[in-house]
Amino acid sequence: MAGRKPRRACDNTPTMAGILRYGSYVPYCRLRRSSMSSGGRGERSAASFDEDATSMAVEAGREALRNCEHAPTELLFASTSHAYAEKLNAAAVHAALDLPAEARSIDLASCSRSGLAALAIASRLKGSETALVCASDVVVGAPMGPRESGGGDAACAFLVGEGTEVVAAIAGAASRTEELLDVWRGPQQRFARQWEERFVQRRLVPALQAALESSLREAGLSARDLTRVAVDTSHRKIASSLARSAGLQATQFADDLQGTVGRAGAAHSGLLLANLLDSAEPGDKIAVVCAADGAEAVIVEATNHVASMRPRHSVAAWIGSKRSSLPYQTYLKWREILPFEAPRRPDPPRPAAPPMQRSERWKYAFVGSRCRSCGAANLPPQRVCVECGSVDDMDQSPFADATARVATYTVDHLAYSLQQPVVAAVVDFDQGGRFACELADVDPDKVAIGQELEMTFRRLYTSKGVRNYFWKARPRR
Amino acid sequence: MASRGIRDRVAIVGMGCTRFGEHWDRGASDLLVEAALEACASAGTERDAVDAYWLGTLTSGRSGLLLSEPLKTGYKPITRVENFCATGSEALRNAAYAVACGAYDLVMAIGVEKLKDSGYSGLVSGAGVPTDGTQSSMTAPATFSLLAPAYAKKYGLGEDTLRHVLTRIACKNHANGARNPKAQYQRAVPAEAIESAPKVAGMLGVFDCSGVSDGAAAAILCRAEDAHKYSDSPLVIKALSLIAGPADGAKRQAYDYTFFPEVVASAADAYAQAGVRDARDEISMAEVHDCFTPTELVLMEDLGFSRRGNAWQDTLDGRFEIGGEQPVNPDGGLKSFGHPIGASGLRMMYEMWLQFRGEAGDRQVKSPKLGLTHNLGGAPGRCVSFVSVVGVN
Repeated sequence: MAGRKPRRACDNTPTMAGILRYGSYVPYCRLRRSSMSSGGRGERSAASFDEDATSMAVEAGREALRNCEHAPTELLFASTSHAYAEKLNAAAVHAALDLPAEARSIDLASCSRSGLAALAIASRLKGSETALVCASDVVVGAPMGPRESGGGDAACAFLVGEGTEVVAAIAGAASRTEELLDVWRGPQQRFARQWEERFVQRRLVPALQAALESSLREAGLSARDLTRVAVDTSHRKIASSLARSAGLQATQFADDLQGTVGRAGAAHSGLLLANLLDSAEPGDKIAVVCAADGAEAVIVEATNHVASMRPRHSVAAWIGSKRSSLPYQTYLKWREILPFEAPRRPDPPRPAAPPMQRSERWKYAFVGSRCRSCGAANLPPQRVCVECGSVDDMDQSPFADATARVATYTVDHLAYSLQQPVVAAVVDFDQGGRFACELADVDPDKVAIGQELEMTFRRLYTSKGVRNYFWKARPRR
Repeated sequence: MASRGIRDRVAIVGMGCTRFGEHWDRGASDLLVEAALEACASAGTERDAVDAYWLGTLTSGRSGLLLSEPLKTGYKPITRVENFCATGSEALRNAAYAVACGAYDLVMAIGVEKLKDSGYSGLVSGAGVPTDGTQSSMTAPATFSLLAPAYAKKYGLGEDTLRHVLTRIACKNHANGARNPKAQYQRAVPAEAIESAPKVAGMLGVFDCSGVSDGAAAAILCRAEDAHKYSDSPLVIKALSLIAGPADGAKRQAYDYTFFPEVVASAADAYAQAGVRDARDEISMAEVHDCFTPTELVLMEDLGFSRRGNAWQDTLDGRFEIGGEQPVNPDGGLKSFGHPIGASGLRMMYEMWLQFRGEAGDRQVKSPKLGLTHNLGGAPGRCVSFVSVVGVN
């Protein structure tokens, strides 16, 4: 059973196909490149120790679906860092976003182009189908290497389908596939390798140009009609080469977010698109191109609804909400590159499949219950009301988007965690209800009673290979 | 519907208690045998005379066989009980009821815990119930540390004052433990050491936490009218109360983490059973569940020893010290006697046994009338609470 209702029946307002909603997510921590052994300017984003591609996809998906009446019929989840090599990663995203059971979910993997490709595939859907495209990546490079400093962690989500209030029409999409040894990583390898840049550039620029020209043709546009072009590539020279060969002006190029986020794998193209939509005017024509194992190009045109349908957090807002002082050693520990001495506490137990299944909407979607007799919120959902004792008289009640405050808190130096100390709080929701949980993205010295919180989907820990996802509260971002 | 109690119907006629601490050379079965035989000797009886046993342990074993096998009790009923950190008191309570109802003539309540074999820091519960992975990961000191800032805020105490009060509690219990040959820590600790100790959770440092230890304790009980067959100075049970709360402190915004409603309820029940009207006046001494220093502070109010918001002042005034008007934890408490879970409730009773017999050495409380033991299991907002009142006839 799922909470999102089927799409409303069409009224007489004309519908069109395109991006109905979108959202993005950039984790809280940044690594200054000057603090990393490979050096460089600016900073990269770093998923926290309790985040992974799945949890970040959920955060971006929540942004896209907040207050949205559309229920996706498809969920496409693109990443090069899926939490499980075998097990549908999209299923946890599906559960956390409380999507209808009949929605088809599928993972797209192994190439940073898969995020933009998923958006292109979604744009080809017909009729009443609505696809949620989530792209999310935690990019881990070998220590001291350019992929480590140049990579970033982020997520984005696009709801694609027909509706009366489309944010942006997808005007054209095209692809080129190249069997090319550019970036590769075997199943047992921790870090990807990359071929020499100049050779790859020579092969990918023509592919990019071809994809861009095909998509422009489909859109009935020429290169100079484009308001903005976002180029997603690990080879920076590719952008300037493309500009020359495709006849693009420097003013058309969008910020590649290299200085603030880093290239966020399969999420990066979508992150660039979301960033452009955040400030787009109606009628703006935006091209996003991605070069990896070939090329992908998508052209969208912003509609009159672009300003009213923006997500709560813009990409710029996420980027501005940060902690820049993450020590490099802490980062290496979080990624389990540096071994760390575990606290002298038992390893957390592997969660069990049947209880997880029984409490699926609580564990994944943070759906509690509310008493029909007295209105009290019950977290987790109860059969007998915690307030008035009524039995089996509850409505399910979502709390994932509920705002809350710190009722009381403590800093726990003893609890098992990859990042000690653990900050735990008793959280009072503004809509009623109380829950005790860990705080995420928090400075232990700056927690205060009354501090405003919001809920965030996290991976609490991994035990015997099982990713244990649940919710924490974080200071409002 | 009533809690009628068994006032004056059951007596403790013998007790035993091992030293608490790091018993690297002894396992749970060794500790059980030691406590059981000491209790039998103290009652002047053989173990064959014991008709039934109640055995309490949280994590050190399962079933009555944990006792029957090492002690060679033959073919006797042995019930294993568990109720978090109140396990030892729960063994006593159930044993007392068995005697009171006439099912047996002579029974033993015994509790044990072997915590130091785990290699972990702090208390670790071994219960491996499969879960959905959403349970709180807060450790015991973290959950109890929530009391301190909430109490300070409610009663307008500055953090320094509160720290001073908590330090005073730790100092007192360490000083008491220094007079106790069976305590885990038999050393007074200066205030500076307490306040500069490494932090464990919130404002709690290492010296704000009870000792993690191994140990066992046992009591032999019979009907009060038979008590003088075994003992010249039996300890008579006036009240036994056990309350399991609704565990809703982390579910209802009404709870403010400055008290334990479960303790208030169990104290009211016990006082009604014992006919106590004013605990501050009538309870001569108490052994309470000082698992962490703020717990003892709050308990003074929940048990009615101090008015609400006044326990910190009473603490600073020395009311709860051995020479004070109402000594609390004269044996050193969980703080310095140590806290082997299943044994602790019976260890509290062991101090009552010694005190009422005048055998408490240089920590002896003068002519006690009524004694109280209080044992807590769980955490603020989610706990079980036990209160007993004992005395002599």
